[in-house]
Amino acid sequence: MEPVTTIDGRAYPFGQKNVDTDVIIPSHWLKTITREGLGRGAFESLRQDPDNLFDSAEFTGSPILIAGDNFGCGSSREHAAWALLDLGVRAVIAPSFSDIFSGNAFKNGILTVVLPQDAIDRLVEVARTDPIHIDLDSQTVTTPFQDRFVFEIDAFRKECLIGGLDEVGLTMARGDAISGFEDAVRAERPFLARGVELAA
Amino acid sequence: MVTTKPRTLYQKIWDAHVVERRDDGTCLVYIDRHLVHEVTSPQAFEALRLAGRTVRRPDLTLAVPDHNLPTTARRDAAGQRIPIADGESAAQLAALERNAPAFGIRYIGDADREQGIVHVVGPEQGFSLPGATIVCGDSHTACHGGLGALAFGIGTSEVEHVLATQTLLLKQSKSMEVRVEGELAPGVSAKDVVLHITGVLGASGGTGYVIEYTGSVIRALSIEGRLTVSNMAIEHGARAGLIAPDAKTIVYVKGRPYAPKGDDWDKAVAWWQSLATDAGAQYDKVVVIDAADIAPSVTWGTSPEDVVPISGQVPAPDSFADASKRDAAAKSLAYMGLEPGQPMTSVEIQNVFIGSCTNSRIEDLRAAATVLRGRRKADSVKWAIVVPGSGLVKAMAEAEGLDRVFVEAGFEWREPGCSACLGMNPDKVPAGERCASTSNRNFVGRQGPGARTHLVSPAMAAAAAVMGHLTDVRDLI
Ligand code: SF4
Repeated sequence: MEPVTTIDGRAYPFGQKNVDTDVIIPSHWLKTITREGLGRGAFESLRQDPDNLFDSAEFTGSPILIAGDNFGCGSSREHAAWALLDLGVRAVIAPSFSDIFSGNAFKNGILTVVLPQDAIDRLVEVARTDPIHIDLDSQTVTTPFQDRFVFEIDAFRKECLIGGLDEVGLTMARGDAISGFEDAVRAERPFLARGVELAA
Repeated sequence: MVTTKPRTLYQKIWDAHVVERRDDGTCLVYIDRHLVHEVTSPQAFEALRLAGRTVRRPDLTLAVPDHNLPTTARRDAAGQRIPIADGESAAQLAALERNAPAFGIRYIGDADREQGIVHVVGPEQGFSLPGATIVCGDSHTACHGGLGALAFGIGTSEVEHVLATQTLLLKQSKSMEVRVEGELAPGVSAKDVVLHITGVLGASGGTGYVIEYTGSVIRALSIEGRLTVSNMAIEHGARAGLIAPDAKTIVYVKGRPYAPKGDDWDKAVAWWQSLATDAGAQYDKVVVIDAADIAPSVTWGTSPEDVVPISGQVPAPDSFADASKRDAAAKSLAYMGLEPGQPMTSVEIQNVFIGSCTNSRIEDLRAAATVLRGRRKADSVKWAIVVPGSGLVKAMAEAEGLDRVFVEAGFEWREPGCSACLGMNPDKVPAGERCASTSNRNFVGRQGPGARTHLVSPAMAAAAAVMGHLTDVRDLI
């Protein structure tokens, strides 16, 4: 995963509440075999409107999305995170997120920033005309107008994002411990250690 | 003398699989067996490839296509593959067929005799073992808990995590005992037991728990019946279901292709016999169910918790204390086209599906065939299919002549797969029509857009086919 330290640029002044995973990526996109290309299906229903935010010349490709309460509710589909990533979104700022969505976002290197509604209102206003700056190290969101909002983030997630460490990579770094465990199983419960190699 | 605190079956399996424990209680847990199918694996393999990673233990991984496969012939007379019309289904199947060998994983192909639904194939091949941790990118993985394995469904990122590291980062769940005591009345099956449990607990009653099913009723069930019960643990919200391995389990596993052999076998049996919950071990919650309360059961709504005995009626939304349930019930009835107070036996059905990882094993087919022998489906039933859980189940049923019973009764006898359980392949229930189905989910649109599902046991599905409406199978036996 690409390390996340700062995210700089225009932000979609979206602001909608209760955006569910069906809105982020409709279910007919789920029969895919790759993560790539899902950006085309992102917010598909909203993008029926020719004046939508996501296809406007000014905002398209923005790395930040500002949303309302309960972003990513609904199903557990990981395609929601993949679709945002493919759209170019690296951070979502909202007053709250569904747990599953923020877990999926994190696993895919998308930063979810929780800020109170008044901060969101201010950021939506700024984002209409100006860029937003997110600094993960200092846990701040700032604007060109001296606004400065501090956010909380789980220490483990922060470390992973800054180091560009995905969970798989982190666990792979524990390879010795896993090998040690496997050796112990081979000795104590060899029947679990042998899998399909038993096939005649 | 060393005394250890009495432990539950769940605790014993958990303790035997913790590689490391973090300060916040999260554990790195070793995974003994990983089943892979075509729907939730393509992006996991893609991620491995992009990161230049390999599969840590291909020998602990088994790949089988099931969800998208057509249940009609897959090869023509010349042995050539018959192309699949739906391009996306074909692409998912092709991706698994490519990825499995590329990563050194044993692949059971679409035309192999061993092919079937992952949750039928795992136990049948002796790949799923008691006391093992088993995962699959599929929510009905709890099925393998019927053997006493700690088995649960995972998402695509976790599939990737297991492929690369053979572990998962997990927090331990709470434990619940669901004890079913007494004796089942004739005509009442394992499916009725689990539908009844789901009705009692509600669709989210098990959320945050791993459930151990205990009691004389569970002990008396065959392994196939236990797989049926554990299969639906997720339908009452549980992370996993478990049933303690006993002498029946050991007989079931013995001699299967991937089951332990020789010295390993003796060690395995000794360990499995030590896994049962110790006397005095505490569960976080206990629910006791009286077998006398369990009748042949059916669902009326669009959640698996919407269960009534077949002698019952469609409930009135007002009868629910909870306001959100009243709302949901009203919506369900509108979707299902049912009236409050309507007797369940008056509900006419047009389709019958016998299959799915819940009820497609040999015993299920025998139970349905017993009802159908010498009878025919009602003319008003337009579509009735039997989809065996695996090629081996199919072969066994054919050797017993069950296929002829079904065909003579007006059923279609199909190739193994998930089929109309979720209709990713062409097997769908038409919009507005009803289906008596032995599957596990009656969600809106699950069996096809607008399809109306009534969950039942195999014997009850057969009875509904004969009568053309939901029927108490006890009237036919
Ligand atoms: S039969 Fe149904 S529930 Fe079982 S694995 Fe297939 S789709 Fe899932």
